[in-house]
Amino acid sequence: MKAMFIVAAKEFQDGLRNRWVLAITVILAVLAMGLAYFGAAASGGLGFTSLATTLVSLSTLAVFLIPLIALMLAYDAVVGEQEAGTLLLLLTYPISRSALLFGKFFGHGMILAVATLLGFGIAGIVIALGAEGVPLIQLTVGLARLIASSVLLGWVFLAFAYLISVTVTEKARAAGLALGVWFLFVLVFDLVLLALLVGVKQGGDWLPYLMLLNPTDSFRLINLSGFDSTQLESGIAAIAQQGAFHSAWPPLAMLVWVVVPLLLAVRRFHRHTA
Amino acid sequence: MNPVIELQRVTKRHGALVRLAEIDLTIKEGEMLALLGHNGAGKTTIMKLILGLIAPSSGHVDVLGGAPDGPHAERLRRQLGYLPENVTFYEQLTGREVLTYFARLKQADRHQVTVLLERVGLVEAADRRVKTYSKGMRQRLGLAQALLGYPRLLLLDEPTTGLDPAATRDFYQAVKALRDNGCTVLLSSHVLPGIEPYIDRALILGKGRRLALGSLEQLREEAQLPLTFRIHGTLLAMQSQLWKAMSLEPTPINERCVEVNVPAENKMQVLRQLTTMPNIDDIELSPPTLEHLYTHFSTRPASLTPGASA
Repeated sequence: MKAMFIVAAKEFQDGLRNRWVLAITVILAVLAMGLAYFGAAASGGLGFTSLATTLVSLSTLAVFLIPLIALMLAYDAVVGEQEAGTLLLLLTYPISRSALLFGKFFGHGMILAVATLLGFGIAGIVIALGAEGVPLIQLTVGLARLIASSVLLGWVFLAFAYLISVTVTEKARAAGLALGVWFLFVLVFDLVLLALLVGVKQGGDWLPYLMLLNPTDSFRLINLSGFDSTQLESGIAAIAQQGAFHSAWPPLAMLVWVVVPLLLAVRRFHRHTA
Repeated sequence: MNPVIELQRVTKRHGALVRLAEIDLTIKEGEMLALLGHNGAGKTTIMKLILGLIAPSSGHVDVLGGAPDGPHAERLRRQLGYLPENVTFYEQLTGREVLTYFARLKQADRHQVTVLLERVGLVEAADRRVKTYSKGMRQRLGLAQALLGYPRLLLLDEPTTGLDPAATRDFYQAVKALRDNGCTVLLSSHVLPGIEPYIDRALILGKGRRLALGSLEQLREEAQLPLTFRIHGTLLAMQSQLWKAMSLEPTPINERCVEVNVPAENKMQVLRQLTTMPNIDDIELSPPTLEHLYTHFSTRPASLTPGASA
């Protein structure tokens, strides 16, 4: 247990040292503030439009960015150390493979959590101070939901990254697979779902449940369901707008998406020969 | 004394490839044993088995009273130091940070970090990034890492690659001091003259098989290699009838020096004859070195080796 936290602390410190935390924070904060400010660009103006529009834009941004950041952060967590040769030495230390993997995951998880909290938090403060007539309570609630679900989304893709990292033996392969996973879950899955939505004329009651199979759709559901006025903009999420299932399902589905790949990664790592 | 390491008929297969074939090996506490063999002979495989990084295909491995890959592993690994071949570290960290990280993982005394950095001569470089270290410095950091937590068992895989002769000697003297304090040492090396004065026994491996095992004396006994006499004097090469009488074949080194190989059992007899000759100034006697023994055992066909499959 203690060894796990030592590994997690080292991983987090590495994140501070090589400026991952700083970079993610800055990217998220700048893009979030930009989206907020240019939110009215579609209607020909500048400046803050409405809270709902802003939060929907932010969640759309997060759907693309967070998975990519998480995959880039952790795709080489194991295979990188294996290629560098440090894994062999680490495995002869008094730490179990599970503890090593969980420790690394917690370290990376904290990097993402802190950076997301800071990035979106700073943007939120700037919006609250800069824009006029923002309902503060709704902003806080909406933003808290966005941050929490973004962190969860990040962890899902961290878990994918770990599964990739223990499966392959070359870093370049891991990078390629990570990109593939991003492509599949962020782009391809929704296209297929849209095609099904158009294609299935009747009896499509099961369609909303398909969304739970994709963590990014669960993320969208969490963030879009709160806004009636955004149904038009939310595209795919409209499938589930009729309240097809309880609002606890999407976060639960995401948790499953964290736990299952991570446990699979641990299992594979145990069979790993250094 | 209890054996620290016990391998019983250990075989390791990798697909069709046999990495180790029925190896028996017992290492007692405080012993220093060298694993010798060509690349791919199975040295690193034996170390990985002892470390519990891989499991034997058949046979039994016991290290400090338990299987190294079972629940015993965590306790065992706290008492064990390992220096892998071509050791690498986190390039972005400083030497001190690397050592501190490993010390925490091993639950070793944090104070030991400074002591060890001093001992391996890295104090001045301790706060520089490992990225800037030379091969020798990395190797020394590797040794420092292996010594964390006062190990009872040290496994050193090619520990002196990249070290200059003086550093190599310092290295082995440090290891010997540990051994004298009761630490068991298992090492592999290609630099045989470097380790010869320090080891108790040697295990010579070839293609995963045991070719020979024993102390230098035992290996010399088994190999029956001739001694080398280097004789200095005048007109030595001319006296062919003399060499013929002793049934020896001299190899001229220069005008005043020849070398002859003398079977061990004839040593005293030849020596007596030579000392009576007036034109000989000096005789240098060298028993077969570890290098000679290694060459002898590793080039001998394995099928002729007694006990190779035992």
